[in-house]
Amino acid sequence: MYRFHKLDKTTSTRCAVCKYFRRRCPQDCIFAPYFPNDNPHKFTCVHRFYGASNIAKMLEEIPVQLRAHLVESLYYEATCRIQDPVYGCVGIISSLHRQIQIAQSQLAKTQAEISVLDANFVVTNEPSSSLDESLVQQNGVDHGLDDPFNPWFY
Amino acid sequence: MAPGHSPCASCKLLRRRCAKDCIFAPYFPSNEPHKFAIVHKVFGASNVSKMLQELHVHQRGDAVSSLVYEANARLRDPVYGCVGAISYLQKEVSQLQMQLAMAHAEILCIQMQQEPLGLAPTPAASSINGLVPVHPTCAGFSTEDILSRVSSDDMSHLHNITDHDHDQYFTSNSVIQYDNLKRESSSLWT
Repeated sequence: MYRFHKLDKTTSTRCAVCKYFRRRCPQDCIFAPYFPNDNPHKFTCVHRFYGASNIAKMLEEIPVQLRAHLVESLYYEATCRIQDPVYGCVGIISSLHRQIQIAQSQLAKTQAEISVLDANFVVTNEPSSSLDESLVQQNGVDHGLDDPFNPWFY
Repeated sequence: MAPGHSPCASCKLLRRRCAKDCIFAPYFPSNEPHKFAIVHKVFGASNVSKMLQELHVHQRGDAVSSLVYEANARLRDPVYGCVGAISYLQKEVSQLQMQLAMAHAEILCIQMQQEPLGLAPTPAASSINGLVPVHPTCAGFSTEDILSRVSSDDMSHLHNITDHDHDQYFTSNSVIQYDNLKRESSSLWT
């Protein structure tokens, strides 16, 4: 009876990693805080691409307060790799670059339209005043749209 | 090792015989030892081998390139890796979306000003010299008022393609690290 009790206690306190490897989970197990036994999927995902020993090395090289973030980012990348075995999360980065390129070109087009409308409006309504003076008038307000675009990935 | 066949970078690093059908040889040539070194450091050779085996041959080149990219990102940012870059780019997309919406609102503002039965400039909006300011407030309508009328399409067409909550991973260092990663990775992808 006591033996079964002891086994139950060991089983229930093992982290997901030690449960996976069917080994005793020591009190200072480096994985235990980040791979609880109620989420075995997290470790199996990460282990599939990085391997337990690599994960342990990465954890050891990071300050304790950042280890949870490390594990979550590894889990995210592993999940992306499962969904897209060829490109993983690099596919997402490429897609975001494309979105940024599209948005930048749309913004440039829209700002050009604004310039044309501005110029037409000033010419239509103030024929006697110089264009430069009218533009100086309108520059009293900072529209925040004149920042240069940074060059992107490609 | 077959006669005349030099070992690939992976077999050189792992100090083993490079077989004729070595799975790494086409993607890790001996003149690019750093490529395999970083992939091995982050993923491990056996994991990389398993990943490549699960793919068609014509997909393996791109897979290796993406693994090298991820490994590079992880070495530059050991905590967040690629997730830091994704977070940074998503913020850029959001900022551009906002700028685009503001620009559309400004166009609406100008168009409303130009309507014949529309909003005549108020005396308060006139300048001292009799010149009318072009559109600081659209004669009583603020840009924010117009912004609220901009369609949701303007905001949603540049949607986030992942719904995973990774904003928490943004780091103050990710901007500098992402710029370095951009410069390097242009040479990795052919």
